[in-house]
Amino acid sequence: MAGMQNVAAERAQRLSELPFEEAGARSALLQGTVASVVDIWKHRELLGLLTRRELKARYKDSSLGFLWSLIKPLTQLLIYAIVVGEFLGAARSLNNFAVYLFSGLTVYLLFSEIVGGATSSIVANAGLVKKVYFPREIFPISAVGSAMVNFLIQMVILLVAAFVAGTLTFGPHLLYGLAAIGVVIIYSAAIGILLAAVNVYLRDIQYLVEVVLMLVMWGSPILYHWTFATARMPGWLAEIYLNNPVTLAVVGFQQAFWAPGSGGEPLPQLGLRLVIAAVVGIICLIIAQRVFSKLQGNFAQEL
Amino acid sequence: MASNVPVVRLENVSKRFVIRKEKSLKERIVNAGRSAKFKEDFWALRDISLEINAGSSIGLIGPNGSGKSTLLKAIGGIIEPSTGKVERRGRLAALLELGAGFHPDLTGRENVYLNASILGLTTKQTDYYFDDIVDFSGIENFIDTQVKFYSSGMYVRLAFAVAIHVDPDLLLVDEVLAVGDEAFQRKCLDKIRQFQSEGRTIILVTHSLGQVTEMCDRAVLLSEGSVRFDGAPQRATVEFRDLLEDRRLEDAASHGDDSVDAGRVLSASVRAEGRAEGDAIEPGDDLVISATFSHRDGLERWVAAVQIDSVLGQAVYGTTTKRMKMSLPRLKDARTIEFTIRDVHFGSGKYFVNVSLMAHDGTHLHDRPQIASFDVPYYDLAAGTLFAVPEIADIGVVDQAR
Repeated sequence: MAGMQNVAAERAQRLSELPFEEAGARSALLQGTVASVVDIWKHRELLGLLTRRELKARYKDSSLGFLWSLIKPLTQLLIYAIVVGEFLGAARSLNNFAVYLFSGLTVYLLFSEIVGGATSSIVANAGLVKKVYFPREIFPISAVGSAMVNFLIQMVILLVAAFVAGTLTFGPHLLYGLAAIGVVIIYSAAIGILLAAVNVYLRDIQYLVEVVLMLVMWGSPILYHWTFATARMPGWLAEIYLNNPVTLAVVGFQQAFWAPGSGGEPLPQLGLRLVIAAVVGIICLIIAQRVFSKLQGNFAQEL
Repeated sequence: MASNVPVVRLENVSKRFVIRKEKSLKERIVNAGRSAKFKEDFWALRDISLEINAGSSIGLIGPNGSGKSTLLKAIGGIIEPSTGKVERRGRLAALLELGAGFHPDLTGRENVYLNASILGLTTKQTDYYFDDIVDFSGIENFIDTQVKFYSSGMYVRLAFAVAIHVDPDLLLVDEVLAVGDEAFQRKCLDKIRQFQSEGRTIILVTHSLGQVTEMCDRAVLLSEGSVRFDGAPQRATVEFRDLLEDRRLEDAASHGDDSVDAGRVLSASVRAEGRAEGDAIEPGDDLVISATFSHRDGLERWVAAVQIDSVLGQAVYGTTTKRMKMSLPRLKDARTIEFTIRDVHFGSGKYFVNVSLMAHDGTHLHDRPQIASFDVPYYDLAAGTLFAVPEIADIGVVDQAR
């Protein structure tokens, strides 16, 4: 029993030396961001486990499992390549149309999967949010993780296709691809985190997102070349169109994996545009996180 | 066991819930101008200040909707208070709902890792504890089965096993110990006792008053979001019973059912026959309980009942006029009934007398919990609520060969 008393006394001693921490998330401005990032970093293992759970649970009882995450985009690719490329004649003005299409589609699907998955992530994990505390940003971020896995698989296919078509060359232009991935992740994470929180209060958001994502797909030059669109727009609208982050990422990807050996008019100052977009995106991400941590205080009772 | 090192501090914590009656965008826009009409404020917690010391075990009790669970969630950081602040230190494990992090499509093994991670263990630490966890849960054979095929008992076992292996300084428990079979409950309670002796702090929400008096060294009684009583568990349970009785009467009154209010237990006393009230009750005494009843409107068939409880709230003895096949005349003006209980042998300690007035069908018209009490002197040869003289004989060595 004396031993037990010691254990208790030691614990009390150790606890008396710990500083008090406020329960839950802090909502102060800048320190809040730093504290949240530290908090999320501490939970990175959990993040990994949740991402894995997400992936495992998605195709749990299907015999083809992961293949399904490939079948959908490949079917989409096939439809577009035949209908838009051959029937509507887009392939006549763009060489290697299938590669062109798939470069844009791959990066767009990354965006759409992150935004879609993140938006519903908090509501889908209501059980956990209501019962345990850990940084809730983990949920939308784990949506980023699981979307990345699918993206990487599609990326392999894209690289193989580009290699076969002869548009895969090594050089600094591949950096456009990297920058494009960065921009997409930053923006989709920012939008996803924001919408995940708003969706708790307004469930309509998750349906609205599906519609908007469809608009984004047709609003970025995935199925057509960006010059087709800007030719029919007044100058100011063309600038907005060209500088929206999804368009930039799509064009960046095409520049990296399709343009060599295919021609096509390059977008002027693509590199600079991508860097500016990334910087603005990071600011958006910080703001989104602040809004998220303001809203999350009431998650448990809204769910 | 409690030290004076605080681990949880609550300062003027209040929590307001806004109850909205519409959820969709359309409804919000349509009702934007008159949104006040579609909102309702509800204070789940009002101005609560508490300090909880390391090593103490606190029971949070109160009627349904009194804010117990909300308070526990505020301490756990799951709900952010509207005003005030909650501070705490040390590692926390919350058993708010066993298996909250369990995913039905994953196996038990995968869920152990996930749940442990949610509670703050690293994968490495989980590897280390894994065998212990499975061993404690007692479901080795099913650990690689998807948890959706588990029975609720198995679910709880596994979840509890994970929670107690995360080495918490502060354990929050919300009514989860009621599940699982008796053997497992015992195992859990033993584990909680061990936790107490190791100086861990336990905050428990429960409806079982027995659990509170048995396990906690402090109880906080909540009512409508405020602290009604904070102190010794025994006192708290008494306060709680009073509160429930008040509630019941109020409830009956508000439903216009004033017949419930009409019957009264006016007073009661207890003594040993031949001695004065307040004297100790010795084994072998005849216990006399006299209780006075009245009824405003007059009551034809009625039952008088007495019950004797130990300090832990456990019923030790009870009888009624109905059991005695006794029919009482119409009750209107104050009438005293005397129960004489022959040759009682209570074990040492304090006992409480509860008196009830009931209708013939068993409906309680008025309860007076702990209306009187008596003491039984200390007896050093035995413990418990029954008095009996022990005799012990050593029979000798048992011959194994035979």
